[in-house]
Amino acid sequence: MDFELSEDQRLLVDSVQSFVKKDSPIERMRRLRDHEVGWEKSTWKQMAELGWLGVLFPESVGGSQLSFVEVGLIIEQLGTTLVPEPITALVTAGVPLWKLGNAEQHERYLSPALGGDTSLALAYLERDGRFDARQIATRAEKTASGYRLSGSKRWVQNGHAADHLVVSARTSGGPGDSDGVSLFLLDAGQPGLRRTTVKQMDGKKSAMLELEGVEVGAERLLGEPGAALPALELALDYGAAATCTEGAGVMQTVLMMTRNYLTERRQFGVPIGSFQALQHRAVDMFVETELAKSTAILAMLDVEAEDAAVRQRSISIAKAQLAESGGFVVRQGTQLHGGIGVTDEHDVGLYFKRMHVLSTLFGDAHFHTRRFASLPSFTRNVA
Amino acid sequence: MDISFSAEHEAFRQEVRDYITGALPPELARKAEADAEFEHAEVMSWHRILAQKGWAAPHWPKQHGGPGWDAARRFIFSEEIELSGAPRLSPFGLAMVGPLIIQFGSDYQKQRFLPKILAGEEVWCQGYSEPNAGSDLASLQLRAEDRGDHFLLNGQKTWTTYAQYADFIFVLARTNGEAKKKQEGISFILCDMSSEGLTVKPFLTTGGTHAFCETWFENVKVPKEHLVGELNQGWTMAKALLGHERTLVAGIGISSRALLRAKRIARDTMSDGRRLLDDPVIRQEIAALELRLESLKMANFRAIAGAQLGHAPGPESSILKLRGTEIQQACFDLCMKLMGMNSLTWFNEPGTVPDREHWVPSAFNYMRAATIYAGSNEIQKNIIAKLILGLPSA
Repeated sequence: MDFELSEDQRLLVDSVQSFVKKDSPIERMRRLRDHEVGWEKSTWKQMAELGWLGVLFPESVGGSQLSFVEVGLIIEQLGTTLVPEPITALVTAGVPLWKLGNAEQHERYLSPALGGDTSLALAYLERDGRFDARQIATRAEKTASGYRLSGSKRWVQNGHAADHLVVSARTSGGPGDSDGVSLFLLDAGQPGLRRTTVKQMDGKKSAMLELEGVEVGAERLLGEPGAALPALELALDYGAAATCTEGAGVMQTVLMMTRNYLTERRQFGVPIGSFQALQHRAVDMFVETELAKSTAILAMLDVEAEDAAVRQRSISIAKAQLAESGGFVVRQGTQLHGGIGVTDEHDVGLYFKRMHVLSTLFGDAHFHTRRFASLPSFTRNVA
Repeated sequence: MDISFSAEHEAFRQEVRDYITGALPPELARKAEADAEFEHAEVMSWHRILAQKGWAAPHWPKQHGGPGWDAARRFIFSEEIELSGAPRLSPFGLAMVGPLIIQFGSDYQKQRFLPKILAGEEVWCQGYSEPNAGSDLASLQLRAEDRGDHFLLNGQKTWTTYAQYADFIFVLARTNGEAKKKQEGISFILCDMSSEGLTVKPFLTTGGTHAFCETWFENVKVPKEHLVGELNQGWTMAKALLGHERTLVAGIGISSRALLRAKRIARDTMSDGRRLLDDPVIRQEIAALELRLESLKMANFRAIAGAQLGHAPGPESSILKLRGTEIQQACFDLCMKLMGMNSLTWFNEPGTVPDREHWVPSAFNYMRAATIYAGSNEIQKNIIAKLILGLPSA
């Protein structure tokens, strides 16, 4: 058991910290809220050059294949100023592309993204699926030269800007079935693919997709037909782990912001942080932040566990805790700021909004609590 | 980073588990299985069994009879003991005054007291709080007057848990009423419970058992060699005492055991033609509590890993008592809820309710003490606000 960062990891954290301070303070995110894409290609390229986009992936595709811990450490620091570049979308689309893709697919779709020349998105959610990756009504019918995809996808993170999309569709079975799930690689400009950009509360954009008989060649299928669910679920757990680490960065920032406000703001002739009622609230925020940081570590480490049940259990613990702790911290952070915290000009509201998005992405507390309770480990020594 | 215990540590866990299974006497094992409460004599008999094995004082240095375990082994041992439902040993000698004597005691004190604490031959209790000195502990008024070769103690202590069974009490006493700061006039003194002028009266707790007591001192003589550390350095001693084994205060094993009990109650209780455990609303509620416990466990692991490296306790360790006791209470709240009408039971004949449920209402009541004792959770929050968040004083 060891929770210390290695020397290299510490250096990595330092470099991301100095990046967010110099190149992407919170004002940058505030400015990009009104931008039609919401993030910048030049910064994306800069992040690639810093080596941050490839840390999870093998050298053969242009990565450095360290571990998810490095990814998590980067995303946690980026969370402190809500850096908007689509690194979590890269991870979630990149993981199945890496795990199921062949060398040609890696070269064509993954390597350019790791180099910062393109961006990716994973399209898996549908109207009646809520958070369940198996609830897929989108169909991929076999054609003479490949497949024809029809259906719709919702809330595709970075789907509005991605150059390539990894899209789930059924090659067999019906909604809810584990078998028959396939993943396809689509270009943004693919004929028959209609993308509608939608705005999110946190200032980011995402996309709703309509697939109106999109024709693709067989070379766009990832792996064997109908067998993509395990890789898709793995990708979503990577996404959940990423939100947990980003959330840890958000919570730490709101905690310190609130602590500073309590120290500076004076009423009744004293700093309001001298009032016990407010001190205890701040301590509760601190406790929740420490708990969520602890489970974010659990998520970072166990997302790479070989046993899927171990991975799912740990991710669900961390994601449910993020929703509970993160929700508490941003709500109380806003409360302790008083009226100014409810104005758009104060930063605490930006973190409040992002935390809601993070709590919801890749399964909310209800989804993960239920998944946790359905694993065999829940009834060990009982049933 | 690595979150798992090493193979040696996992092997150690198995060794502890096997040992408990083999060593716990049948009558105690039966009570453990039913999650029953143990009598004082049963606790002490288990203490002596563990002492024979050399495992009664996991955190004592080897030279004083400890097993020489690292922080991870101590955590594992504590967790396994708690999980097994075996009696929990009285902490006042083993976990509190023992380590303090090892750290600050005289050679005489080490020889006189440590072996008997270790062997379970002498039982200790704690004399800190007074009727007018609870959270404001430094206001304590029990006087210890210097009478040449001895101190003369006069005053009252309260919440002296299990004083009715104790052979010795360690007290914080005022030895200088003139000190500039009230913390500076306090000394740490060891007192024989059979001394003339000392009387004990147990409270009946809301749990229906006698746990904490009131203890009165009327001209009680204590030899000078029972002063631990320097005169008027008692506050420093008290703080040092609290610093021991900070990584075990979350009671992870206690909550894990209580949660297992909740699941077993839910398994054995029928509702709407199915097991309560299979009711989705109930299952979600149990799972939500277990998730909170697992999160705290991770925070605890961080604290242990830090202790393994010899680091001072970090911010994560200060939350352990706070959240740990809240979760312990929540586990018993949940058991009560699952029991439905059976939760109304109060010390009835065996068989009135299932054995596993018999003690739950008592524990549910007594558990309220967890967020009060060892520095109430409100005091813990004051400390975190000041020392960790750096918020201004009132």
